[in-house]
Formats: sequence, structure tokens, C-alpha cells
Amino acid sequence: MSATTVILQLLQVVVGLALAPLLAGWVNQCRTWLQNKSAPPLWQPYRQLSKLFHKEVVLAHDASPLFRAVPYILVACMALACAIIPTLSTDLPFAPAADAIALVGIFALARVFIALAGMDIGTAFGSLGSRREMLIGFLAEPALLMVFFTASLISRSTSLATIVETLAHREFAIYPSLAFAGVAFTMVSLAENARVPVDNPATHLELTMIHEAMILEYSGRHLALVEWSAALKLYAYSCLGLALFFPWGIPEGVGLANFAVAVPALLGKLAIGGFLLALIETLSAKMRIFRAPEFLGTAFLLAVLGMLVHFLLEKGI
Amino acid sequence: MTAGAAWLPIDAAVALAACWLVLGAAGLFAPRNLAYVGRLLFPLGALVALLLAATGLAALHASPQVMVLALGLPDLPFHLRVDSLSALFLVLLGGAGAGISIYAAGYFRPGEGTAPGLQCLQYHLFLASMAFVMMADDAYFFMVSWETMALSSFFLVTSDHRIPEIRRAGYLYLLIAHIGAIGILLSFGVLQGGSGDYTFAGMRAQPHAGWWASAAFGLALFGFGAKAGLLPLHVWLPEAHPAAPSPVSAMMSGVMLKASIYGLLRVTFDLLQTQLWWWGVIVLALGLLTALFGVIFSAVQTDMKRLLAYSSIENIGLILVAYGLAVTFRGFGMAALAALALTAMLYHCLNHAAFKSLLFLCTGSVLHATRSRSLGRLGGLIHRMPWVAWLALVGVLASAGLPPGNGFVSEWLLLQGFLFTPGLPHGYVNMLVPVAAAAVAMTAALSGYVMVKFFGIVFLGRPREESLVQAHDAGTLERIGLTWLAALCLLLGLAPVAVIGELDRVTRPLVGHGLGEAARAGGWLLLAPIDAARASYSPLLVLAAIAAVFALAVMAVHRLYHRRVRRADPWDCGFPRQTARMQDTAEGFGQPIRQVFEPFFRMERELPSPFDATPRYRVTVADHLWHWLYLPIARAAEFGTRLVAFLQQGRIAVYLLYSFFTLLALLFFIR
Repeated sequence: MSATTVILQLLQVVVGLALAPLLAGWVNQCRTWLQNKSAPPLWQPYRQLSKLFHKEVVLAHDASPLFRAVPYILVACMALACAIIPTLSTDLPFAPAADAIALVGIFALARVFIALAGMDIGTAFGSLGSRREMLIGFLAEPALLMVFFTASLISRSTSLATIVETLAHREFAIYPSLAFAGVAFTMVSLAENARVPVDNPATHLELTMIHEAMILEYSGRHLALVEWSAALKLYAYSCLGLALFFPWGIPEGVGLANFAVAVPALLGKLAIGGFLLALIETLSAKMRIFRAPEFLGTAFLLAVLGMLVHFLLEKGI
Repeated sequence: MTAGAAWLPIDAAVALAACWLVLGAAGLFAPRNLAYVGRLLFPLGALVALLLAATGLAALHASPQVMVLALGLPDLPFHLRVDSLSALFLVLLGGAGAGISIYAAGYFRPGEGTAPGLQCLQYHLFLASMAFVMMADDAYFFMVSWETMALSSFFLVTSDHRIPEIRRAGYLYLLIAHIGAIGILLSFGVLQGGSGDYTFAGMRAQPHAGWWASAAFGLALFGFGAKAGLLPLHVWLPEAHPAAPSPVSAMMSGVMLKASIYGLLRVTFDLLQTQLWWWGVIVLALGLLTALFGVIFSAVQTDMKRLLAYSSIENIGLILVAYGLAVTFRGFGMAALAALALTAMLYHCLNHAAFKSLLFLCTGSVLHATRSRSLGRLGGLIHRMPWVAWLALVGVLASAGLPPGNGFVSEWLLLQGFLFTPGLPHGYVNMLVPVAAAAVAMTAALSGYVMVKFFGIVFLGRPREESLVQAHDAGTLERIGLTWLAALCLLLGLAPVAVIGELDRVTRPLVGHGLGEAARAGGWLLLAPIDAARASYSPLLVLAAIAAVFALAVMAVHRLYHRRVRRADPWDCGFPRQTARMQDTAEGFGQPIRQVFEPFFRMERELPSPFDATPRYRVTVADHLWHWLYLPIARAAEFGTRLVAFLQQGRIAVYLLYSFFTLLALLFFIR
């Protein structure tokens, strides 16, 4: 562990914190373009965050200390996730602290806390949102874990850095197992980030909302932190998808030259990924909440199929 | 052990268990004196438990010791032995027992069921018999202790015996405990292999031919599984746990279930020399079914103790999954991987003992404060009972298997074990076993759902009943007990390397390998059970990172902006006249699970028609197995007894005639 790797590690978190709202803004912009609307500026999320930070917090009488702590816990969990997903380098000093399975656990920790916060005030919408979020969560989490299992079986490691190195160095051949896993991962990410076929980030209609229902009671700086952590989650999932399925361009060493490659590569890949996300959101319709188990069940089966395909076809590779 | 080689850990352990018996007997002197029993005897019992845990730790580092007590029948003395496996479970008993006993000291109230002195006797007899189960070295003493454990816990379960449901629960518990005991007894019968030597040493020396070994294993699995709550022998568990007083539920779920796991380990890895891989696959499948069944049913419960009881079934399922994996690896001769799976299993035993006892005790405090076990009558207790709520949160996070809690460590180890199954030298097994990992992942995720439901409905939100404003927090002794168990959870969660170093001493004699060295090679901070490139996890670093970002974020936001807060009514999308009854009920929170897993349940629904002036909605969720398996058996038993009922004539001459014929028949056979 050298000083440069530590700096790189910190830089990766800071880049994540700074870029996350930009990614959210970019997806939003692409979506409005695709829907033939006039788009808000790219930096709109930053303005929104700044506005919210300046506003005072209006807290319900029944709010417990847990409710006030949760926004900070969410940001901490997502920052931790950004720290261990290899985005700018695979040589991260903090990466051994948590592997792919622990990453799933950290996402789950954030989900449990936000669900508890949703139930804390004791409103009808809050508990409804928490229940739905946990429903989505328990279906999505095993699918995500199975995606990681497939990648781990290929690279014989659950450490994200090792997975990325192995996958980046392999010959450019199409792994059928990874193709299945990729589709499953996309479906899980849509659900986990409250995106269109499962949830709608732009709605406040009680029949449809999941994520928004849980955070209805947040305001001011708390809401800013919750929104920021949602953007960070989208960023983390995007980086995860890039690291697993398009790992080329993530440098393995440290050094300025590597860094000069890493950042443009990351930005380019995120831009394309964000556009594709907006495309999926535009092309699909929001489904009823009880279709979500079918959707995520499909993702789960695809991930398991991917693992079986690995056994049948790729055992010797 | 500087005081002299004469005073070995086994002597101390036996003496401490005897102390429990004395404390129990002392309760009879003044059975109605609550101050004497509660403030003196139970805290002393907790002290003994603490000493027992220390003794167990010492025994873990010592070599196996034996002792012969010339008690019992003539020519049939009690054999005792403490090896590392016994020592670990003594640590578990002592560690969890200390917290539960000190809690129980503040828990018992006048006028609740059995007199406190009598309960003190039953409780300490229960503790001592569990200690003796873990130390027994012959089948005779094992069965005596096992039955004492079952009987004393039966009396504890039925301490409110005036309520018919509790009597029924106790009866069911006793029945299944005894059916299980028959299995264990028969298993020992097979193990002694016709030699007539019922000591464990004798059984170890017996060569067990293939089918006999499988028979012994199958019987042991049945017998110990009945006590542990293995599907389909689980039905007593959700009845008996809620019926018992909370410290007893905690003891039964946290420790007694582990006693049966101990028995299973003792028979398979110690008394039997060979383990066949397909045993492991069977247990793996049964364990998975048990875990999934437990967690799905847990999610739809409306009684908080029943919810936790089903969650115990789930955790026993996970323990058995790890056990099955260990047996499979062992059967294929892969010692290192067997050690990995076995470590995951033992770790989960310790974890479950800590967090489930903690959660059951929390429900006890809630029950005392609110007089209600039904989730539909609770809510908002975090404001009235902050101690209980925050300590329960520790248990909830652990139980949901979230990092950096302790439940996550064992789940992580288990999943790592699954990732090695492709190396198994059997075509189909190595392909299908990773799919089982998918089911384990699903169970873990669902347990998060269950725990959000439990904590959210009991402690968060608004009080669903008016009377809840008078709820009071737990007393001092109760708080000490809860804090102790929460501290154990944190310790197990944050220091996995040290814990695995201790577990190494257990797995080495059992499967010939341990994770201690590999785990220590990663340093005290980093848990890398195989090697660091393969997988690593550091709960302390995770916690430190979360805490650091949390603190930095709080400081930065307060410094850069402001910290103004205004209190107001909840907004809730602007809907007026919100009442506490509009929050999700326990039924409502479980509704998605009922819908997704509908075939699992036997549901009876009563839906109101749209024109009802006073609409009522009712749903009862029952267990298919009860109707498919237990009721037919009960009907068959009833039918059979009716067939032979004519034997009962009610006249003494007829009965004497029966005895006469029996004697004649015996004489004919024996001669």
C-alpha cells in the first residue's frame, strides 16, 4: 500500500460523489430528448441539491433519531460501495475490506435502513413504500448475487479487483454465461435503482411509487442526502456493470498516464450506459407492482441459467 | 491452570453444573419470595454461566479430559468427557445463558404462572441438563440428560398452564421430543453394533459397515432433527416458543436447538468414522427446504414471538445447509473445504445463539410493557423504550445477515463454501449444489424482509393502541442482560479472525483441518479464510468506513449549511386526518409474501362484500404439512387405539388375566 494508491482510492470516492449527480442529470436529459421534450440543463441535479441543502428541515413530530440518521447512513454505504468497485484502478488499498458478496450486503444494509426510515413516521405511504421496496429487494438481491457467482466461478475469486483483472485479460471471446448474467444484471439494476419498468423516479402517484413513497417525509438537507445517495447508487451500479461486462480501460497500475486513460474511458462508458438506460426507460412501460416478481424472477432464472451454462460449456476454459 | 493439574476444566464444568442444580433446589425454600429468587438466585445463576463460559474457553485450549461419576445405576456409572466440541458448546451455553439469566432475574413478576421458586428449579435444571448433554460420554448418561432437558423445558413451557393453548403447545412439544428421543436411542443402539458397550469410546472403536452407518446417521438425523425443528418435524417450535416465558423462549431457541446440533455433530463426525457424501446432499436439501419454509412463514406471522420462532426454523435450516455441505466435502475427502463449511456452521450456531436470544428477550420486555404479543397492537415503541429498541436493532441487523453484523460473517463463509463446490468429483452434484446457493441467497434476502417487518412494526411508526403511551422501558437487570447479548453480537461480528482461530480447535479433531492459520495469515483485521486473492472481508474496516463517512457528512453538512430543524405534522402527500390505523399492519406487510408464495400456505380468507356496512376482513394462514402429514397420522393413531380399546374392560380380574397370559408368553419365549 503506497501513498499513491491511497490517494487514488480517495480520488475514486470523490470522483464518484462528484459525478453521480451528473450521471443522473445526463440520464434525465437523454430521456427528455428521447421523449421529445425540452431538457433541463445537465447540472440541474447539482442546483437541486444545493437548494435542498439550504432549506430548513421540516421534521414530523413522531420522527425518531433513526429517521434523522438514515440519510447519513445511506450516503456512507454508497460511498463505501464506490470505494470498493474498481472504476479508476484495480489496485485499491481498500478493496480487500469487502468483496462482491459483502458489496451485496452493503447495498442490502442501505435498503433495510431506508425501509425502516419509511416506516418511522407511521404514515400510510411510508410503510407502503417500505413494504414494496423490501419486496423488490428480496427478489433482486439473490439475482445480483447469482450474477456475481457466475463471474466468481469464471475468475475463481469473489474479490472485485481480481474479477475485473481476470475478465479484462481474457481473450475477446463471448462467454454465454456472461451474456445471461449481463441481461440479469441489467434487469436487477433497473429494479434496484427505481427505474421505469419497476418503479418511476418521476412520479408521485400513490398507486405506482415505491422509492418516492419511502422518502416522502424527508425534507431539506436530509432529502438532499437521500437524493444524492440515490444518484450514487445509480453510479455504483453503472460502474459495477461496466467493471463486470466491459472491464477494458480500467487500469491495473497506478500512475498519471493510466489515470489519463481511466477518466475519459469511464466518462465515455458512463455516457453510453446512461443513454441506453434512458432508451430502456422510454421504450418500456411501468408495470403493475405484482408483475415485478415475475420480472425479477426472470432475472433470477437468467442468472442461475448463466451459472449452469458456465458448468456445461465453459468448464474447461 | 497454575493452581494444580488436579483441577481440570472438566472438574470445573461439572462443579458449575452442580452449582446450577443447587441454585435450583434453593429456589424451593421460598418459592413465592420474588426478591430472594429474582435478586439472589438468578444473578448467581448468571455468574455460574459466565464462569462456565470461561471454563469452556479454557477447555477449548486443553486436551480432551474424561471423568467417571459413580452415580446412577450400580455397575453403570456416568461417563463424562470434555473435548473441544463440547467446550465450544459449553461456551455457547455459558455465554448466552449469562445474558438470559441476568435478564430473567428482572423478568419474573408475581402472579405469572408457576411460582418463581419452582420456575427457578425448572430453569436451572434445564441449564444443568444441557451442560450435561454436552459433556456426556456414554449413551446412558446422554439420554438421561437429554430427557431431563426435554422434561424441564416442558414444565417451563407450560408455566402458564391455565391457558388451554399453552397446554396444547406443551403436549405437542413433549410428544415430538419423545418421538425424537426414540430416534436417538435407536441410533445409539445401532452405533454400539452388538457389543453391548454403550460408552462413546466403545462406539468410536466399533467398525460400522456401510448400511449400518447410514442407518445410524438416518436415525440420528431424525432424532436430533425433531428437536432442532427440521422439516417436517418443526410443528412444535412455533407453538412452544411463544407459549413459554420470554427468557425460556430465548434459552430454547438460542441454546437448546444448538444442543441437538451438537448431538448431530457428535454422532456424525465423532462416533462414526466414515461419512458418505450423499448424507450431506440429503441434509443439504432438507436444510434448504427448512430454511425457505421458515423464512416464508416467518414473514406472514402476526405474533412477534411466532415470527421469531419461524425465523429460528430458518436459521436451523441454514445451519443444516452448512452441515450438509461439510459432510459432502468430508465424504469426498476434501478436508480443507469441509473445515470451511464446518466453520461456517459453528459460527452460525454462535451467532444465532446471540442474536436470537437477544430478540426473544426484547419481545419479553415489549410484552411486559404493553401486555401484547400481537404486532397489530404495537408500534412507536422506540420513543417509549429506547433501550430495548436500539439493542433490538443490533439483533435485527445481525439476524438480517447484514454487514458488519455477525449474521453476515457466517453467511459469507457459507457462500464461500458454495463457490468451491465445482471442485466436487461428482458430475451432477457439483452442478446442482451452486444452485442451492441461490436458495440460500434468497433466504438471506427474505430474512431482511422479516426483520424490517419485525422492527418496523414493533418499534417504529405511531402507536397503534392508546394504551401504548404508558409503555415503560426495561428495568436495570433486563438492560444488563440485553446489553451483554448485544455486545456478544458485536464481538462475533467484528472479530471474525479471533473467533475462527478458536473454531479451528474444534474443526481440526473433527475433519482434520482448520481455517485458523489461513485466517490469521491475512492479519487480525482481514478475514481471508482461503487466501487473500480469492476472497477477503473485514467487518472492522467496513464499520470504520461507514462511521467515518457518517461523521464527515454530519460535520460537513452542519458546517457548510446550517442545522435548523422545524417540527411539524407529517406531510404524507397532503392527505388530511391520518390516523395510526392507516399504517401497515403485520398482515399488510406480509401480504406480498402471501401473494408471491401462495402455494406454500393453506389460507382461509373472508373478504367483505362491497355493500357491507361494517366490513370485516379475515385471513388465517396455516401449514400444509399439518393437514397433509400430522392430522392423518393423528387420525390413524386414533383409529388404531379404538380397535384395541376393547382390551380396556375396567375389571381387575380381566387385567390380572392379561398379566397372567403375558407372563406365560414370556416364559414360553425365554424358557
